[in-house]
Amino acid sequence: MSRISGGQIDRSKSLRFSFDGVSYNGHPGDTLASALLANNVRLMGRSFKYHRPRGVISAGSEEPNAIVELRSGARQEPNTRATVIELFDGLTAQSQNRWPSLKFDAMAINDRLSPFFAAGFYYKTFMWPAAFWEKIYEPIIRRAAGLGSLSKQDDPDAYDKGFLHCDLLIIGAGPAGLSAALTAGRAGARVILADEDFRMGGRLNAETLEVGGTSGADWAAKAVLELATMPNVRLMPRTTVMGAFDHGIYGAVERVSDHLAQPLPGKPRQILWRIYTARTILAAGATERPIAFENNDRPGIMLAGALRAYANRWGVAVGQRVAVFTNNDDGLRTVADLKAKGLNVTLIDARKGDEVIDSAGRLGLKSITIRRAAGGTETVQVEALGVSGGWNPNLNIASNHRGRPVWDDQIAAFIPAPESIAGLSCVGAAAGAFSTHAALTTGASHAIAALADLGITATADTPTAEDAPLKLTPAWYVHAGKGRAWVDQQNDVTVKDVKLAKQEGFVSVEHLKRYTTLGMATDQGKTGNVLGLAVMAELTGKTIPQTGTTIYRPPYTPVAMGALGGRARGADFKPTRQTPSHKWAEEQGAIFVEVGYWLRTQWLPRAGETTWRQSVDREVLQTRKSAGICDVTTLGKIDIQGTDAGLFLDRVYANTFGSLAVGKVRYGLMLREDGMVMDDGTTARMGQNEYVMTTTTANAVPVFRHLEYCRQVLWPDLDVQLISTTEAWAQYSVAGPNARKLLEKLVDQDISDAAFPYMACGAITVQGTRARLFRISFSGELAYEIAVPTRYGDAMIRALVEAGREFDAVVYGTEALGVMRVEKGHVAGNELNGQSTALNMGLGKMVSRKKDSIGMVLSQREGMTAPNGYRLVGVKPVDPAQSLTAGAHFLAKGAAAVAENDGGWLTSVVYSPHLGHSIGLGYLKSGDNRKGERLRSVNLLAKTDVEVEIVSPHFFDPEGERLRG
Amino acid sequence: MANPLKSLSPLGQVAAQSDTIGAVTITENPGTALASLAARMGCYAEVASLAASAGMPLPGPGRAETATYGAFWLGPEQWMIEAPFATHEDITAVLKPIYGEAASITEQTDAWVRFDVTTSNLSAYFERLCNFDLHKAGAGAATRTVIEHLGCYVIRRSDTLVSLLGPRSSAHSLHHALVTAAKALL
Amino acid sequence: MIIHHPLLGPRDSQEFVYLGDAALIHRPDGMAEGALDKFIDYTYLRDNPAGQHRELWYHEQGDRSWLVVTRNIVSHEITAVELARDVARTEGRSK
Repeated sequence: MSRISGGQIDRSKSLRFSFDGVSYNGHPGDTLASALLANNVRLMGRSFKYHRPRGVISAGSEEPNAIVELRSGARQEPNTRATVIELFDGLTAQSQNRWPSLKFDAMAINDRLSPFFAAGFYYKTFMWPAAFWEKIYEPIIRRAAGLGSLSKQDDPDAYDKGFLHCDLLIIGAGPAGLSAALTAGRAGARVILADEDFRMGGRLNAETLEVGGTSGADWAAKAVLELATMPNVRLMPRTTVMGAFDHGIYGAVERVSDHLAQPLPGKPRQILWRIYTARTILAAGATERPIAFENNDRPGIMLAGALRAYANRWGVAVGQRVAVFTNNDDGLRTVADLKAKGLNVTLIDARKGDEVIDSAGRLGLKSITIRRAAGGTETVQVEALGVSGGWNPNLNIASNHRGRPVWDDQIAAFIPAPESIAGLSCVGAAAGAFSTHAALTTGASHAIAALADLGITATADTPTAEDAPLKLTPAWYVHAGKGRAWVDQQNDVTVKDVKLAKQEGFVSVEHLKRYTTLGMATDQGKTGNVLGLAVMAELTGKTIPQTGTTIYRPPYTPVAMGALGGRARGADFKPTRQTPSHKWAEEQGAIFVEVGYWLRTQWLPRAGETTWRQSVDREVLQTRKSAGICDVTTLGKIDIQGTDAGLFLDRVYANTFGSLAVGKVRYGLMLREDGMVMDDGTTARMGQNEYVMTTTTANAVPVFRHLEYCRQVLWPDLDVQLISTTEAWAQYSVAGPNARKLLEKLVDQDISDAAFPYMACGAITVQGTRARLFRISFSGELAYEIAVPTRYGDAMIRALVEAGREFDAVVYGTEALGVMRVEKGHVAGNELNGQSTALNMGLGKMVSRKKDSIGMVLSQREGMTAPNGYRLVGVKPVDPAQSLTAGAHFLAKGAAAVAENDGGWLTSVVYSPHLGHSIGLGYLKSGDNRKGERLRSVNLLAKTDVEVEIVSPHFFDPEGERLRG
Repeated sequence: MANPLKSLSPLGQVAAQSDTIGAVTITENPGTALASLAARMGCYAEVASLAASAGMPLPGPGRAETATYGAFWLGPEQWMIEAPFATHEDITAVLKPIYGEAASITEQTDAWVRFDVTTSNLSAYFERLCNFDLHKAGAGAATRTVIEHLGCYVIRRSDTLVSLLGPRSSAHSLHHALVTAAKALL
Repeated sequence: MIIHHPLLGPRDSQEFVYLGDAALIHRPDGMAEGALDKFIDYTYLRDNPAGQHRELWYHEQGDRSWLVVTRNIVSHEITAVELARDVARTEGRSK
C-alpha cells in the first residue's frame, strides 16, 4: 500500500472495487485513480495509436491517459476518466484499448512501427484505392486505434432535463468561486455554485496552504457549510457547466447517481440543466501543463500538482522515491509538500538549466536521466516524476462565443479576453491570477461588480492568504535525444509530429490541429494544446501569440448522449394525442396510425378478417351502401370572430368568402404568398361575425400561425380575433345513404334536406347536449359532421354506433377515408405537397382575381400558368388485375425511363372496392387534355411498369348527386 | 331526450383522477368551465368596464386573478375566463350577453386538461418540467410555456398550488410527465 | 437565446418560431398596377446583412404575439423587441 497520512478520505470505511478483474480496497473520498495509486497500480491504460503503457497524469477532468470502461453489463460506460470517478462499493472497471491484457498488448507492435504512424498517416496511407476504405481500412483502424467499447444494450438509466434561474452563476468552487459565492450569497442574491468535483474547495483540498489562519481545506469546508444554510444559494457539486450559450444560458450536467452502484428507483442518473443567469463568474481554476521530453509518457510520470494532490488530498504516495521537474515556483510546492510527507525528492529546476532527458521502465517508471546545467548526466531511480511547465487558465467556457484568448507573458499562458462573453467575468486562476490571495479577492470583487449591475449591493470580507508569484521561465520541450516526446498524450501527438506538420506546411494552428490531431481527443487538449503551439512557435521563429490559439466549443468535458436525450426515449420520445373515440376504438381492437402526435384509427378489423384490405374494403362498401362513422376531431378548428372576419377570410382564402350566408359552409383554398397551395378545408359561418375554419390535420398549427401573422403583421387594424378550438370539440363524420336516418335518432332538431340542406351548418342538441352540425362531405356521400364538447366524445361515438346498428353502419378509419377521397378525386396531403398550385390541382378557377388574397398575384405568374404544366388526373390500370404504385412516373409507351421523358407522377393510389381495381391520382403534364390516353406508370424502385389509362379524377358519382341526397 | 350523454374526464375517467407521489399531489380537475374573451378592435375600454361590473377581473400580461370569475391573461387584449362547470356548463351563453358586440367569446372548456399540482416546494418540482421561474413569479403568475413538447398554461394560485392547463388530447402524456417528474424527486 | 418580450419579459427563444426579414410587413397591394413585379421582390428578394437585422418571430408557445426583433446576426445581440402589430401600424399598415 502507498497510503500515507492525511487527506480527505474516510479511513474508517472501506470500499471494495475491482480493476481488470483484480479486487482492491479504497475509502470514501477516493477517486478510482487515487484508489488504484494507493494500491500501487500505476498502469491504467494503453495509448490511442501506439498502445503505449500509460498511467494517470492528472488529478482532475483534464486526464488524457487513465481512461477506463466503467461498470459492466448494460451500464458499461467507455472512456471515463479514472481521475473523476468517485469510488463506490462494488465499482468495477476495465482498462481499454488493449488485447489480450493491459500488461501484454499485442497491438503495442504499433509502437515499433511508429514511423508509419506519424502525423497525417491516415491521409497518406489510406488514400488508394478508394474502394478499400469502407471494407478494409476503416474496420482495421477502428479495431486498432480505439477507445472503449459500448455494451450495445439499451441504457437502463433515466436522464432528466431541468431549468434553473439565478442572478449569479459561479462556475467552480475553489477559493475564487467560494469567495464569490460567499460575497453574493451574503448579499441575498440568487446564486448557483457549480463544481464538477464531488467535494467543493478546488485546489484548496489539494494544498497545504492556509486561508484566514486555518488550513485551506478547512476554510473551504466551512465556507460550504455557511453557503448551505443560505436559502438563496444552490450548491451543485458533481455538476459540470459544459457550455455557454446565448444571452446567459448555460448548460450543466449534474451527476446525480454516478457515485452509486445504480440510481435509486425513479431517480435519474444525470440531469442536464439549462441555467438562465443574469451574470456569470468563471472560477474554473487552471490546468497544469507538462514539459515534453523523451519517453515522458510512462506510468508514474505525472503533473507535479497532481502528484501533490494525491499526497495531500488522498494520502497517496505514488512512490517513495520521487522527482520534480519544474520551470516555476509552484513545482517547488510539490517538493516541499512531498518532503514534509517523508518522501525522498529530487528536484530538477529547468530555470537553472537542469533537464530530464529520458526515462526508463516498460510498464511503469523506474528511472529518469537528468542532464545538469553544470555538465554531465545522471540516472536516478524513481517511481514517480512530477512535471510542471506552468499552468493554463481554464478559459474554455469563456471562448465558447469565439472570444480569442490573449497571451500573458507574466505567466506564459493564454488568459480569457475581456468581455469574451456578455455578462461573464473570469476570476482567480481562470483569469491567470494564481495566488490564493488573488483568487479570494478577485472572486469577491467580481461578484460585487456583477451584482452592482443588477442593483444588488454586496461587500467583501476576504480572509488572508498567500500571494506568492509563479516565477516561471518558459521551458516547453527538452532539446535532447532522437526519441519521441509526447505533447498530446491522448491522441499520441509528439514533438516530432509537430515538426512534421511544420515541414509539410501545416503551420496555422487550425491546420496543425487537424493534421496532427493535436487537441482533438475527448480531453480537447486540456494538457497538451498550449505545449503544441509553443513547439510550433519555436519552429517557425514566431511568438506564441503570433502563432495563435484554437478556441473551445461546448461541451467542456464529454456528455453522455443519454443526458442530451433526457426522458425523450422509446415510447416517451414524443407526446401522443388521443382522439375522443380512442378509448372505444381500443376496446374494439382498432389499428392505430400516427399522424403527427395524433393516434388515429387506421381501420377496425372485424372477426374473421385476416388482411387489412378486407377491413378497409368493408368499411368503404358499407359506408357507400348504408352508413359509416369516422372520428374527424384531428382536423384543425379555428374560431374566427370580429366585424372584419368575412373580409379577413377573403384575404386568406383564394376563393370568395364575404358572400357566405350565416348557417352555411364553404370549401376554402388557402395559398402561400408564392402562389402554391398551403392548405384546404371548410369554413362555416356560425353567426354574423363568427366563423369556424377547419384545416387539414397536419397543417392545423402552421395555418393558425399564418392567420395570426396576417392579422397582426399584414392588417393590424382588422377587427378579427382568433383562437384554436381543435381540442374543444369531438367531431364525427357520419356518411352514407342512411346518414340522415342515423342522426335523426340522436339529434333533437329537424335535419331533413329542406331544413338542413347540403352545406348547411348550425347549433343543435344531441339528447339535450349542445352540439354543432355541419352538412359537409369528404366521402362524396350524403354526410354530416357532428361535434359535441369533447368530454361527451366517448359517449357520442358509442351513441352513434348504437344508433347505427339497425343500418349495419360501420366505423371507418383513415384508410377507408383515403379510399373514398381518391374515388371522389379530392386532394389531400400527397397532392398538397407545397409545390402545387390551384391550377395543378384542377382548382384554378377557384382563385378569385376580383380581390386581393394571399398568393393570388404570384399564382398567376409566368411558368405557373403554362398550359403544359402538371394537372391533376385520374389513373387506372388498363388491365384491372394490375395494381398501381404511388410515386410511379408517367412515361409514353416505348420511352426510356430517363428524366427527360418524365411526364409526371402518381401521387395517391388506392384499391377501389367499388370499381374493383386499383385507382390513382397523379400530376400529369397537360393532364386536363389527355383523358383516354394510354401511358406507362413506371416505378424503378418497386420495379413496376404498368400500362395505364388517364381518366377523370372523379371516379365515383362525378355529378355529386349522392351528397345532395 | 333519451339518455343524456355521459361525460368522461380527459384521462378517460368517470371521476377525476388524483395521484400522490411523495410530497406532490396531482389532481385532474374537470370542474372548471373556460371561455376565451377577446376585446373587439377598439373596444378594450368598454370590455374593461363591462368586466368590472360583472365581477370579472382582466389581469395584465403574465397574471391570473380571481373575483366572481377567475381569469388569466392569454395575449394582448385576450383572457381566459374561468367559472365553475356545474353552474356554467354553457359558459359562452352566460358571457355573450354581458359583452354583446364588444368582445369575441369562444368556448374553451374541453380544449384543456387541468391538473392541480400541490406541493410545498413548487419550484423544486417544476424546475424538472419547464423553464417558468416560479420562484420569481410568485402567486398570481400565469404563463404559457412548454412541458414535454406540449404548450401548457402554468397558473400559480398560491405558494403550494399550481394549476396546469395542457392540451386535452395529450392528457395521458402530460400526466405521465408529471408523475415521472414527481418520482424523480423522491 | 433570450428574447425580451415587450409584454412578458425575458423568454427562451425555444418558445418562438422564426419567420424572417421584417420587411415582410410591407406587403404590396395585389390589385394595384405593377403588382406582379412588386410581389416578386417582396417574396424573394432579401437583404442578408452581417450585422443588424430586423426579423419576425412568433411566440407560438406563449401569447401568440408576432414580434419584430432587432438582432445582430453575427453576435446574436438583440437590441430591440417590439410587437409586430405596433410596428406595422407605425409603418403605415392598417386594414
